[in-house]
Amino acid sequence: MSGQLIPDPTAPLTPSGNLRRRRIVSRAAEVAASAAAVAAIAVLVIVIWTVVARGAKAIDLDFIFTGYPTGVGPMLLGTIVIALVATAMAMPLGVLIALFLTEYAGARGTRLLKLTLDLLNGLPSIILGLFVFALLVDHKQQSAFSGALALAIIELPLIARGSQEVLQLVPKGLREASDALGVARWRSVLTVTLPTAIGGIVTATVLAVARAAGETAPLILTTSVFDPKAFSVNPFEALPNVPTWIYKLSEEGNPEGFTEAWGMSLLLVSFILFASLGARALLARSKRKLSS
Amino acid sequence: MSASASAAGRAPGHGARVSDLRKRADTIGDRALFGICLLAALTAGAIIVLVGYQIIHGAVPAISKYGLGFVTSTEWQPNFGVFGAGSLLYGTAVTSGFALLLGAPIAIAIGLFLTLLAPKGLGAVIGPLVELLAAIPSVILGFWGLLVLAPFVQAHIEPSLHGTFGFLPIFGAPETTGLSVFTASLILTIMVIPIIASISRDLFGSVPAELQDGAAALGATRWEVVRGIVLPTTSSGAVAACILGLGRALGEAIAVSQVIGAGSEIQASLFKTGDTLASRIALQFPGALTELHKASLFYCGVILLVIGLAANLLASWIGRRFSYGGAVH
Repeated sequence: MSGQLIPDPTAPLTPSGNLRRRRIVSRAAEVAASAAAVAAIAVLVIVIWTVVARGAKAIDLDFIFTGYPTGVGPMLLGTIVIALVATAMAMPLGVLIALFLTEYAGARGTRLLKLTLDLLNGLPSIILGLFVFALLVDHKQQSAFSGALALAIIELPLIARGSQEVLQLVPKGLREASDALGVARWRSVLTVTLPTAIGGIVTATVLAVARAAGETAPLILTTSVFDPKAFSVNPFEALPNVPTWIYKLSEEGNPEGFTEAWGMSLLLVSFILFASLGARALLARSKRKLSS
Repeated sequence: MSASASAAGRAPGHGARVSDLRKRADTIGDRALFGICLLAALTAGAIIVLVGYQIIHGAVPAISKYGLGFVTSTEWQPNFGVFGAGSLLYGTAVTSGFALLLGAPIAIAIGLFLTLLAPKGLGAVIGPLVELLAAIPSVILGFWGLLVLAPFVQAHIEPSLHGTFGFLPIFGAPETTGLSVFTASLILTIMVIPIIASISRDLFGSVPAELQDGAAALGATRWEVVRGIVLPTTSSGAVAACILGLGRALGEAIAVSQVIGAGSEIQASLFKTGDTLASRIALQFPGALTELHKASLFYCGVILLVIGLAANLLASWIGRRFSYGGAVH
């Protein structure tokens, strides 16, 4: 071929030699990248399918509404209480931090505060468990409140960052109009900025709750010794909760317990998936609405 | 609120008294809002300091008894009051390192797939699905690992790896349960992939299209654009993403404790049991009876906290250098 001075005009236009090799390499890379994505989705599907297939057998009305040994009602109730208490602590604090970031912090303050939030977000949850244990439980008794405090620390950076993103999207024109009318900053914040962003803030909070609801490590240290028969909402005693109960059943190695654990896993996973998918869709919508 | 609103409406017609009052209220309101916002911001910093203080404080008995020797000693015998975190550090390093080795290339490939290959509609479905992998609670992933993954690994993957690469000591003979360092690494791999994938997707999306188009116009294939343009311009960000994933893997307690088998010796084979710092805390803390035992677990927490904070600071430093360097120069 190299000896030919004039290429054969009738030869088909297909790559050859080096170009052919390069195309094949490129094609192989494309296939590998697609395969990686397929593999990740496959793992997700396999895990969720297992949870659904094995958990669905366990779930009926008794399972949800009665206590141990026929159902897991107290654990569900306890998890709801713990999540509510945690969110009641984390949400106001998170929104205020987001307001500080958007309204007051200068460039250096923003950088420092964002780094702080990243560090908080990066703390292993077992460390938060040890922290709350040392702070509230050691030499005293376990309580749902102490577990909720650990979960609140997990939720805090998520709510703060999520709210800050939404607050930044509040149209400048609204604020400028308010400023031009001579309205004080705090009134603008309370009557213009926050009401405009509230939808996004709530969905960011729901995402944070979905993330915290399944956390187990802090709860084993703070609210794991409880009566699985008792329906209780008192946050100052150890409350039954879903994650530690799944953990306990999985460590016990008893087949009936496994079925119960799959059932609870299904309830927990479906809550988390629906909450995060729903919140994500809403968040995308409210961001679109704010930025248009 | 309504009173002030109506006052604002009538302000021109009324005397200075109303607007004076209003001004004073506004000064107080502005200061109060600033004050509580500042307080909230300071609380976030205070929490980190307080966490560090409480963990170190809890570890004091073990620190004063063992000093830095705790880190290298591999003896951990609660019944005899002897504690050392050497084997736990080893287990942590091996599981996390292996998870990163396996997970990072897959995650980066997913990032590339989502930004460069996938049609828009498909990417919009697959991206969130990969992130959902991170939403599965670790206790459920660990439970799945215990009942589904571990038996599968024991029956299929371990024998074939042992058969093919058995001459390497890390691929020793499989045990009977499948609870092993290897299975724990696989679970951690599943956990780090969504983190690294979602960061690298954003990263690759930020590579200027002109550069890529320019390379393509010069005849580069898709892979050559990735090799020559996309990866080099984002390499520091990708490293930061991997460090963040590593930080996540190091600190995972629950899922690892469910599948690693709680061994207390350093063993060459990945198919033997082992344990990590975080998993040891989760397994033994609730049942720890002596103060020294608890303090030793707190000491493990101190090590974990130091490594975790260092990893996050490093990632943020690399990330900042990357983004500021790109924007300014």
